[in-house]
Amino acid sequence: MSKVHVSYNNIVSALGFSTDEVVKNIAAGQSGLKVIDDKKIFQAPFCGALVDTEKLQMAFDELSPIYQYTRLEQMMITSLSDVIKASGIKLNDRVGLIISSTKGNIDVFEKNNYFDNHRAYLSKLGNQINAFFNFKNEAIVVSNACVSGILAVSIAKRYIEHGVYDHVFITSGDIVSKFTLSGFHSFQALSKAPCKPYDANRIGINIGEVAASALVTNSEAHLSEDAVTILGDGSSNDANHISGPSRTGEGLYRSMKSAFKEAGISSSEIDYISAHGTATLFNDEMEAIAFNRMGLSTVPLNSLKGYFGHTLGASGLLETIVGMQSLKNQTVYKSAGFETLGVTQPLNIIEKTEEKPLQIFLKTASGFGGCNTAVIFKKSK
Amino acid sequence: MSQSYKIKSFCHIEDNKLSLNGQVLYADGSDTFTEFIKAAYKSENTKYSKFFKMDSLSKLAFLAADVLLKNENYTTDEEQDIAIVFSNKSSSLNTDKKHQSTIEDESNYFPSPAVFVYTLPNICIGEISIKYKLNSENSFFIFDRFNALHLKTYSDILLSKNKAKEVLCGWVDFEDEKDYKAFLYLVSSEGDIDNNEHKINKLYNI
Repeated sequence: MSKVHVSYNNIVSALGFSTDEVVKNIAAGQSGLKVIDDKKIFQAPFCGALVDTEKLQMAFDELSPIYQYTRLEQMMITSLSDVIKASGIKLNDRVGLIISSTKGNIDVFEKNNYFDNHRAYLSKLGNQINAFFNFKNEAIVVSNACVSGILAVSIAKRYIEHGVYDHVFITSGDIVSKFTLSGFHSFQALSKAPCKPYDANRIGINIGEVAASALVTNSEAHLSEDAVTILGDGSSNDANHISGPSRTGEGLYRSMKSAFKEAGISSSEIDYISAHGTATLFNDEMEAIAFNRMGLSTVPLNSLKGYFGHTLGASGLLETIVGMQSLKNQTVYKSAGFETLGVTQPLNIIEKTEEKPLQIFLKTASGFGGCNTAVIFKKSK
Repeated sequence: MSQSYKIKSFCHIEDNKLSLNGQVLYADGSDTFTEFIKAAYKSENTKYSKFFKMDSLSKLAFLAADVLLKNENYTTDEEQDIAIVFSNKSSSLNTDKKHQSTIEDESNYFPSPAVFVYTLPNICIGEISIKYKLNSENSFFIFDRFNALHLKTYSDILLSKNKAKEVLCGWVDFEDEKDYKAFLYLVSSEGDIDNNEHKINKLYNI
């Protein structure tokens, strides 16, 4: 069976509108998080990472759109356009489109929003993206809570392996909205300062917005400099609680086992873990338990939530792309916000951005509904 | 050539009617989904108190899955490797609107975690996984309309790659009290019905 790779990619975020720009900012220790005190965005001050509206409008206008597009559609189209161009791939019937989002155009429900409520249907979001680029196949929309972005990578790989497509473009995105902020606020989970994943003094999560896009392909002729080969992937449900992670890390542990089994490698071969790290006590503790059960306690690990906040349905793909850049640059990036270990099990949290030989990394994510996904990637070039 | 898989059993809930393998198990003349699903649940004698905390989409998916899995004599005593692959059109929009209505007016602002948690379509997969202790693959897809080919392809992939022994898949859509539908079926290496696009569409439209 031919190998499947993740190749050309793009990130539209508070830290920039291209992967290079974003990763340069991460390397420089820049965070996209800031305190936002604007009643138009949310009734209470919160700490989050927003995409610059004017910059987005300018980037989007360069694509000469004919129709009106929502904020999320603009982010996704801007991001995906960059990837399609870079890949040079013609959008024929062997090319698929996968979109991942938890809430899509949920802001259309807000009173002053220009768009019709129908735009909130995720399939409508899929249709908009599909039609903008004229894909030949219907968009497959994945909405599986906070694993959506990484699950999309896993699904793309499976479709290609199964012979349905040669290439799949993925775009993943979620926006910061009153809807989402009010919900996490009601859980008392929102932090008013930049989050501190795995830290003893953690204070809760931040919400951020990102659109991330990537090409998944079986073609060796279409590999970017930072391309990675997917060695194995797996998902598993905790079967424990709909809004709290398993105390034993069962689902995450099993999803990693499934990915490792397929990859045919042992945990000692992992050079770096791009973890979920939302900076809630229960999530971080659950991950620490699962990574220890898997024998991964000494592997350098970070959470990127301290740079972007939790970007929900985009986070898995966003963090995969940064992981690809880690391999390309042979550099592990500091887990922003971390000072003192605040979980009961040992973890090797990355405290300083530094060069390291890196060949293989593991990406994991967990979400509401008890879902967990793990994917293992190896440097292609 | 990959192995071909079979449909073992299937379940429908729509128009105030609950049926298993085409046989009606329960039907009534309730005015709303809320009344109907409660009565259907009672008729099945399920006894699972968490049911009453669920939103409508989860109730719909849960009852259909419970009827199917109970019929296969699956219990929680033995570990089952059954993946769950669901799809629909309206995601969790019905509950999304409920959450939205609690935040629209600043003078009457009362968002609740108990509602917010259901503003994701895959929560219903979590509910079924908890009841049946399924630590399995799961995924929720959104399409404009029922997409038999996608469900067939993805269940074939999970089974042929040994990511699951069986797949509980189908469509669970809750638009509003009058417009809802569950069609779930179990894909396995055994069964009488071929797992192909034509048969899946035929069963969907029964």
